[in-house]
Amino acid sequence: MSETMEQVASAARTDAPPAILLDKVNKWFGALHVLRDVSLSVAPGERVVVCGPSGSGKSTMIRCINRLETHQEGRIVVDGIELTDDVKALDAIRREVGMVFQSFNLFPHLTVLENCTLAPIWVRRMPKAEAEELAMQYLERVRIPEQAKKYPGQLSGGQQQRVAIARALCMKPKIMLFDEPTSALDPEMIKEVLDTMIALAETGMTMICVTHEMGFARTVADRVVFMDRGEIVEVGTPTDIFENPQTDRLKLFLSQILRGH
Amino acid sequence: MGDVTQKIELGTSVAAVPEAPRSPPMATIGPIAWLRANLFSSWLSTAVTLLLLYLVIRWAVGLVDWGIINAVWSVPNNQTQACRELKGTGACWAVITEKHRFILFGTYPYEEQWRPLISILIFIGLFIVSAMRRFWRKELALIWIAALSAIGILMWGGVFGMPYVPQERWGGLVITLILATFGLAFAFPLSILVALGRRSQLPAIKVLCVLYVELIRGVPLISLLFMASVMFPLFLPEGMNIDKLLRAQIAIILFAGAYLAEVVRGGLQALPKGQYEAADALGLSYWQKTGLIVLPQALRLVIPPLVNTFIGFFKDTSLVLIIGIFDLLTAGKTAIIEPAWQGFGVEVYLTVGAIYFVFCFAMSKYSQSLEAELNRHRRR
Ligand SMILES: Nc1ncnc2c1ncn2[C@@H]1O[C@H](COP(=O)(O)OP(=O)(O)OP(=O)(O)O)[C@@H](O)[C@H]1O
Ligand SMILES: [Mg+2]
Repeated sequence: MSETMEQVASAARTDAPPAILLDKVNKWFGALHVLRDVSLSVAPGERVVVCGPSGSGKSTMIRCINRLETHQEGRIVVDGIELTDDVKALDAIRREVGMVFQSFNLFPHLTVLENCTLAPIWVRRMPKAEAEELAMQYLERVRIPEQAKKYPGQLSGGQQQRVAIARALCMKPKIMLFDEPTSALDPEMIKEVLDTMIALAETGMTMICVTHEMGFARTVADRVVFMDRGEIVEVGTPTDIFENPQTDRLKLFLSQILRGH
Repeated sequence: MGDVTQKIELGTSVAAVPEAPRSPPMATIGPIAWLRANLFSSWLSTAVTLLLLYLVIRWAVGLVDWGIINAVWSVPNNQTQACRELKGTGACWAVITEKHRFILFGTYPYEEQWRPLISILIFIGLFIVSAMRRFWRKELALIWIAALSAIGILMWGGVFGMPYVPQERWGGLVITLILATFGLAFAFPLSILVALGRRSQLPAIKVLCVLYVELIRGVPLISLLFMASVMFPLFLPEGMNIDKLLRAQIAIILFAGAYLAEVVRGGLQALPKGQYEAADALGLSYWQKTGLIVLPQALRLVIPPLVNTFIGFFKDTSLVLIIGIFDLLTAGKTAIIEPAWQGFGVEVYLTVGAIYFVFCFAMSKYSQSLEAELNRHRRR
């Protein structure tokens, strides 16, 4: 636990206020305690990879950041705005935080282009032509501009996930959350999505990414957070975490995923 | 099997020359093959086919005999002698020739019956325009308001030199169309609100919606209509009287709303949770999420049960006869009360049935094409 607090302090060393601050966050699903005193501070432009065994609360933690789940105790501050029941604050935060899901969650009744322009038009009140131009720009960045007029169901999994990334980017978020973006994909498609994410990381986007892709974590992550049973157990650089694990829990987890690979 | 071995060969040694695609053997395609496979596959199925064919032909010949060859198409001034002499061997379409205006327009003043006729045509035009996706824009609401006002003006009159016709004199097809159109036009949006309300996080709204659906569904439409026509006025202050047709209309809207709400709710439940979350994560507001993401998908899923309910209610409007409103079916029934025309119910009911059928069949066909078109995106 003391290590965790140290890391919070170390992240705060940069002078800019944190992009995301979780302060002793607790959450229960019924009687199930899924987040236990989770504290984490992410600096602007920082890339954080979250890993941990299934059911350890990784998804729940990042879903609390844009309030798809509500936390019950503690404080979450995103981009200087505290998450409360206040709807205005929530709207402001969701505008700045993009999210990519494991199961893509594209809107199947809208074309790829419409998926991307929907939020800019309705939330940012952008004129349609401008939104389409913006969307094409991002679709080019994820390298599928030629699919713009198709429906999501006509694309491969990897293409769908890249559309989902483009859709989130079209809102020009300051922060991007990824919840196991590649774990529903066939191996040959994982790379194309990871490449897109690496390219995004190079632009200096603040990112929190739940993933077990160690190669990605080593390339991109400034810090890796290891969670187990609702707690943040270890935080450190990819080298710290993967080469020099301190706790038995992390050692066990690493041996398990290495065996899996 | 053959496939696998060929692949292995390809991978290991000689490259086999790929076979040119062959067309399927003649005997498995074409209408003859279909007949062979489906109707004459064994001696038993051949026998059944022939027997049914015989029955169908006999029945069709009988129908043509009765309906066309032996039929009487008109009689001089209510002298139904010619019809009665047929003794059932031919149809007496004279009853329709004679009474069609009564069936279509009820007791509406004879000289003014062009007004309900135009109203019916406006209704049909309105349906056609609304059915075309090209017109699915905001302006459609204006078209509806304009059309319905025009119908109101035509039916009531009292302006533009048209004499005033009280609602009690309206009747026939136009009443059925009014009840069905207003009924569904109001019940459908109501049902969407109720279905959304049932999933609301606010307990008060949720309880209200559940209560509404369960109460209305637990009562037959007939008793609701009775309540609307008999009991409702008792609760109103002295002197205040809401039109009978309006009361029946409200009862129908409330009833249809409850049923449709359950259909819509089914669609809402079928939508994956991820769709709601993606909309939330993008920052869409509740109504944006509902209007742009949830309803377009949920309603598409339930087009078949929705239209099923629509069709049911189109026909259920005929129940208003029990509170003395003159809809199409009541008008047909009343047309043959007159002694001269008694006993020609079959012809009248066939005609009325055919009118209902045309509307319901059109709805059904339209819903099929709509479904195919709207669910295009699911095809690969
Ligand atoms: N909506 C919910 N209601 C009840 N319990 C839930 C709910 N969502 C998650 N849980 C429980 O909370 C715990 C943490 O779930 P979470 O999805 O955050 O884990 P995770 O680390 O993302 O796991 P995975 O790697 O399998 O995605 C699990 O035990 C899960 O069963
Ligand atoms: Mg998860």
